[in-house]
Amino acid sequence: MFDLVAFIPRAVGQGIPLMCGSTGETITQKSGNLNLGIPGVMYVGAISGVIGAFYYEKSIPEPGTLNPFLAITIPLLSCLLGSLLMGLLYCFLTVSLRANQNVTGLAMTTFGVGFGNFFGGSLIKISGADIPSIALSRTSLCFSKSLPFANNLGWFGKIFLSYGFLAYVAIILSFVASFIIKRTRPGLHLRAVGESPTTADAAGINVIAYKYIATCVGCMIAGLGGLYYVMDYACGVWSNDAFGDRGWLAIALVIFTIWRPNVGVFASIFFGGLYILYLYLPTGMDHMEYKELYKMIPYVVTLIVLVITSMRNKRENQPPESLGLPYFREER
Amino acid sequence: MVKYLGNVLFGHFPNFFSEETSLEAKVAAVQMRNVTKTFGSVIANDKVDLDIYKGEILALLGENGSGKTTLMNMLSGIYFPDDGQIFINGKEVVIASPKDAFSLGIGMVHQHFKLVDVLSAAENIILGLPGKLDLKAATMKIMEICQKYGFEVDPEQKIYNMSVSQKQTVEIVKVLYRGADILILDEPTAVLTPQETEKLFNVLRKMREDGKAIVIITHKMHEVESLSDRVAVLRRGAYVGDMMTKDTNAQEMTDMMVGRSVSLNIERPDPVDPHKRIAVRGLTVRSLDGILKLDDVSFDAYSGEILGIAGISGCGQKELLEAIAGLQQAEAGSISYVSDDGRKEELLGKDPLKIQEMGVTLSFVPEDRLGMGLVGNMDLADNMMLRSFRKGSSMFTDRKAPEKLASKVVEELDVVTPGISTPVRRLSGGNVQKVLVGREIASAPKVLLTAYAVRGLDINSSYTIYDLINQQKKKGVAVIFVGEDLDVLLEISDKILVLCGGRVSGIVDGRTADKNQIGLMMTTVGGEENGK
Repeated sequence: MFDLVAFIPRAVGQGIPLMCGSTGETITQKSGNLNLGIPGVMYVGAISGVIGAFYYEKSIPEPGTLNPFLAITIPLLSCLLGSLLMGLLYCFLTVSLRANQNVTGLAMTTFGVGFGNFFGGSLIKISGADIPSIALSRTSLCFSKSLPFANNLGWFGKIFLSYGFLAYVAIILSFVASFIIKRTRPGLHLRAVGESPTTADAAGINVIAYKYIATCVGCMIAGLGGLYYVMDYACGVWSNDAFGDRGWLAIALVIFTIWRPNVGVFASIFFGGLYILYLYLPTGMDHMEYKELYKMIPYVVTLIVLVITSMRNKRENQPPESLGLPYFREER
Repeated sequence: MVKYLGNVLFGHFPNFFSEETSLEAKVAAVQMRNVTKTFGSVIANDKVDLDIYKGEILALLGENGSGKTTLMNMLSGIYFPDDGQIFINGKEVVIASPKDAFSLGIGMVHQHFKLVDVLSAAENIILGLPGKLDLKAATMKIMEICQKYGFEVDPEQKIYNMSVSQKQTVEIVKVLYRGADILILDEPTAVLTPQETEKLFNVLRKMREDGKAIVIITHKMHEVESLSDRVAVLRRGAYVGDMMTKDTNAQEMTDMMVGRSVSLNIERPDPVDPHKRIAVRGLTVRSLDGILKLDDVSFDAYSGEILGIAGISGCGQKELLEAIAGLQQAEAGSISYVSDDGRKEELLGKDPLKIQEMGVTLSFVPEDRLGMGLVGNMDLADNMMLRSFRKGSSMFTDRKAPEKLASKVVEELDVVTPGISTPVRRLSGGNVQKVLVGREIASAPKVLLTAYAVRGLDINSSYTIYDLINQQKKKGVAVIFVGEDLDVLLEISDKILVLCGGRVSGIVDGRTADKNQIGLMMTTVGGEENGK
């Protein structure tokens, strides 16, 4: 029978990186920037965290115990820094230099993946491992530590309390992002910037600042998704290209959730479930090919959702009106 | 920087000016001195001096592209002047952003509304202000302003659900909410019905009594005469002069704008040998959302005649023209084209290409010039080619003919452009319209459909366009002219069809009808009998 108690924590684990990515991208898109570089940003966030953790672990030889505070802070800060730099690069190119957003985003994804694989490969060389991966199990233990009493609470503990702190951070960030966008004045201004920068500008809102801040914050949140994936989900094991296409799925989720991070919390866990569903569906030995079909489910669902969302033509559910367009005040 | 220092050093100048003006019992709210702004090599404003007084409505006049909007945009912080000084209440100021303008009490209602469609009225009004997001308090304050000046605004209504006049009201409330005492309105009446315009003017008069300084940019002379106290004229970016409205008239103002004497009469030659060209019967059109746009519309359009179409905007004018042009599906009815030999051909259900292949030359000047009529990023010659690219038998396009046509249009219609290889979007509204009309009439049409042909055009360009339309009429073209200015419709049309909510409210003779009658017919089907 389908083991729901085992399935849900796996689905959540898969969902958290998507949640970070889509929350970050939603904030970015609300400012009118279509950042297709999110997969690259998440890659850079992950490898930056790995680099930080690698050198901290290296400084304390094997039997020694890590300081849990530093073991978390160092990778976290390097991850945030790495993704922030990606965000700044994107903003500089698209906002300050008004380059085409699609091209810039795609280039950044290519760059981010290459950057991750290059430094991942270098670290593997330095560590001298036989297998093409780095295991940062001591750091990972700090990241994936769940509440001590979670295991005593049966199925409830398993489903709700068995995750590392980054999972809760991601969920809280998503709800906070929703609240800010919907209920606060900066959120109102952000929406105005994404819908109509000329209007926002005429109303005295600093369009450039909003675009920069939203995009950089969005990138940092997305970067956390990469960090969570390596440190918690993958138990601290970095291997090149392991992150896969989760970044693209995160961007698809933004449309799926019609630009609502709070919906994104549930949608990303749902997608996380779809992503690994094939492992839980009984196929039998003689029909292994079905598994490959099941792997398609998240993408098929995305396609269907795209069709459905484009059919509902309620104005509130449309993308920000100036999404993807550069803004220049004195344009004639 | 040197200039700026200079301004600071000679800061006593403004006091001198304000002393002088106070002798005339007028207090200058704004003084612009030597203001210059260039875009690339184009000088939009050249050393403009302009005073705006409190408790006065100033009409700022000028042809299209004479720099009125640019000048006002420098007051509202959208553009920054290259040179010159601006004094507000006698003090020199630097307006670097719209925020600075707000804090100086300057508010501008732009020609193209600056509103976010998916937000509510209240959200739009408080946009950009600091502090906690408190929609309840904002709503209270909005209602207060509305009561004071007699506006009707539902603070919770989304902008995309609003009519243009409602949107404009929101814009004005937005400006007042910020406590503006210097109010700039850029062509506020371009999209309003006569009734809405009168309502707006009453509000503006109330604000004038309140001591606010008001600047209005408009091309409609009768509005200038009925509303403003003083007019200031710009010509090609330079300040020409000002005069009191009561001492001048439309002819003098127009001559001043254009720089030479212009005739302000629309001729209406009698139709020569009119015969039926387009017969519309029982036309019913529904929009994609299932809303009835045209309901059982029947009429005939004759060759050599101008059929004016009046109606509040959005009453089916667009659908009617597009149905004839083959761009709009209809639910029921027929549109037949009657050729010279009396043969009837059905146009409904055919696309523009098929209509063209049938040998029906139909020209369409749509409402949305740069959306449907021309391609903004293409140059004049390429835009001419949009009509002719199918001609010729080789696989290469013929570029010579369109280039020749473009040069001809530029020359004959006085299009102001650096050349025929300039992207159309860089031209001002009037010139864009001339290019479009020029191209459409170049194909020697049998039927000419025009929608709001002079919207946003200055008076001189407008009369050029009227003249062009009249020439077509004399050539025996059946003209269907959708207009918004009833005075013009009454002057130019042989017959006027009045639409009301997608239904034909009545067809009247342009020579005998009067404005009130048509106004009534626009709001109630049949006009008088139901209107009373």
